[in-house]
Amino acid sequence: MPDLIEDDPRIIEFDVRTDEMLVNMGPQHPSTHGVLRLVLRTDGEIVSETEPHIGYLHRCAEKIGENLSPRQWIPYTDRLDYLAAMNMNLGWALTVEKLMRHEVGEKARHLRVLISELNRISSHLVGMGAYGLDLGTFSPFLYAFREREKILDLFEEACGARLTYSYITVGGATADLPPGWLQRCEAFLDQFEPIIKEYHALLTTNAIFVKRTAGIGVLSRAMAIDYGCSGPVLRGSGVDQDMRRDGESLYTGMYDGYAFEVAVQKEGRYPRDHSYPTVPSEAVLGDCWHRFFVRMLEVVQSMDLVRQAIDRYAACPEPLSEPLKLFEKLPVGDAYLETEAPKGQMGFYIVGNGTPIPWRVRARSSSFSNLSVTHELCRGCLIADVPAIVGSLDIVMGEIDR
Amino acid sequence: MKGPGFLESIEAAFPGAVVGSQLEALDPWIEIAPARIAEVCQWLKSRGEPRFDSLQCVTAVDWLETDPKKAAKVSWQPHLEMVYHLWSTSARATLVLKVKLPRWSGDVAGHLPEIPSVAGVWRTADWHEREVYDLSGVSFSGHPDLRRILCPEDWVGYPLRKDYEMPTEYHGIRCR
Repeated sequence: MPDLIEDDPRIIEFDVRTDEMLVNMGPQHPSTHGVLRLVLRTDGEIVSETEPHIGYLHRCAEKIGENLSPRQWIPYTDRLDYLAAMNMNLGWALTVEKLMRHEVGEKARHLRVLISELNRISSHLVGMGAYGLDLGTFSPFLYAFREREKILDLFEEACGARLTYSYITVGGATADLPPGWLQRCEAFLDQFEPIIKEYHALLTTNAIFVKRTAGIGVLSRAMAIDYGCSGPVLRGSGVDQDMRRDGESLYTGMYDGYAFEVAVQKEGRYPRDHSYPTVPSEAVLGDCWHRFFVRMLEVVQSMDLVRQAIDRYAACPEPLSEPLKLFEKLPVGDAYLETEAPKGQMGFYIVGNGTPIPWRVRARSSSFSNLSVTHELCRGCLIADVPAIVGSLDIVMGEIDR
Repeated sequence: MKGPGFLESIEAAFPGAVVGSQLEALDPWIEIAPARIAEVCQWLKSRGEPRFDSLQCVTAVDWLETDPKKAAKVSWQPHLEMVYHLWSTSARATLVLKVKLPRWSGDVAGHLPEIPSVAGVWRTADWHEREVYDLSGVSFSGHPDLRRILCPEDWVGYPLRKDYEMPTEYHGIRCR
């Protein structure tokens, strides 16, 4: 057993003889982020085994994709990670473009960076707010949603929808941004930037929050890679990998000329950590706190990228490239592409057979692999830590169950 | 992975394991004999640079044309194709492995084709192979816990097979 400190509740647990029991958590549990069911084998307060049961939201989106043209399937990608629908649209659109060897114009490229990074902010805001809820603090949720609402307003203005956008599509985007949108987006960023300090005060440096997350659910570097974890979960364990920089040239080309630093701890330091709260001494690399902090850093990073994209987009003289036809013949062959969605690496696989309808469609979701590591993280933890660990993975059931 | 000599190094280490390749494809792929897939993967994971320490995706494609008119025109025989997307975190390189399997073992409908599991090589494969088993009907020998993951445990059939027919009823719930 690890060293136990004086006030560790586990000490009492060892004195009292208890029996093992199975506890069912979810699928309606408020802190399992949707319809996730966990079966816990516990001895008193200590969890010895965790088994996630998934599939409550399964609708076989892949089979649906085999009966629709790629552009018709775009609305289904919205419903994978419904908190970052723009990033899902982008991942699928790029995969189809890869198969068709199609390249979008400069203006569409910058529009995609602008929109997908803005969606990353809103996704991380939900992740942050909901994580607060998991740990029993309600107010950060309200602060997070206040700002997210403004991003949704901007999206609504651009495409008419607030959650399932279907905005980015194969060959570009469905419509150009309305006049005055860029100014309103900039105004939002100016107003949003100082608010991030509030978030740090509410959660990141909050003593109770640190106690609940630092040193809890430590995911080692090797285990993170072995389980195929990605995104903030992988970077929270100190693995320096971000598909926006390391991915395929079709995707990294989108970020050509953009300056950003991957949010990962290197040699004990996070990028730009001089202006941020310092890492608490209790935190261990790979724990819940680090996963959370990586997301907070990415909010700032995305804000930077949105600013850069606004300038570049505004400087593009040519019109936005037209989306491809609804039924465009797909070449024979297959293509796989992973993009960096807010929750992690979202991979799409498409097999074309010369008709406009793909032969096979596959969505490899990041949350699926990220969730599969729960049973390792929860081994030996307290029941109260289970929501803290599952919440720190920031999963969305829509893309796990597909 | 497009590097010259890579294909030859697999062939040298495992004579007879490579049964085909397409290095000019969009994502160049190498076809491995079904029985050898686990040992080849283990080698790819433990060899020197590039070390494929991570598995991105495991999936299966069902090659069956259900329309008899179109089936007469296609150039391939019905089969299942396993696709493995490997990733090297250090070299930032990808590698695609494919394995051809019969649709049914011994051509007896209902007998699942079998392939060695790679869950012992990468833990990612654990859930991914369960998903392939659940939706495409491939049995993985040596898998630690092979059961359905997305569909209910008593579900009948494999939805991603091309000849799958949706049941009309499930426990008194109308399905279509």
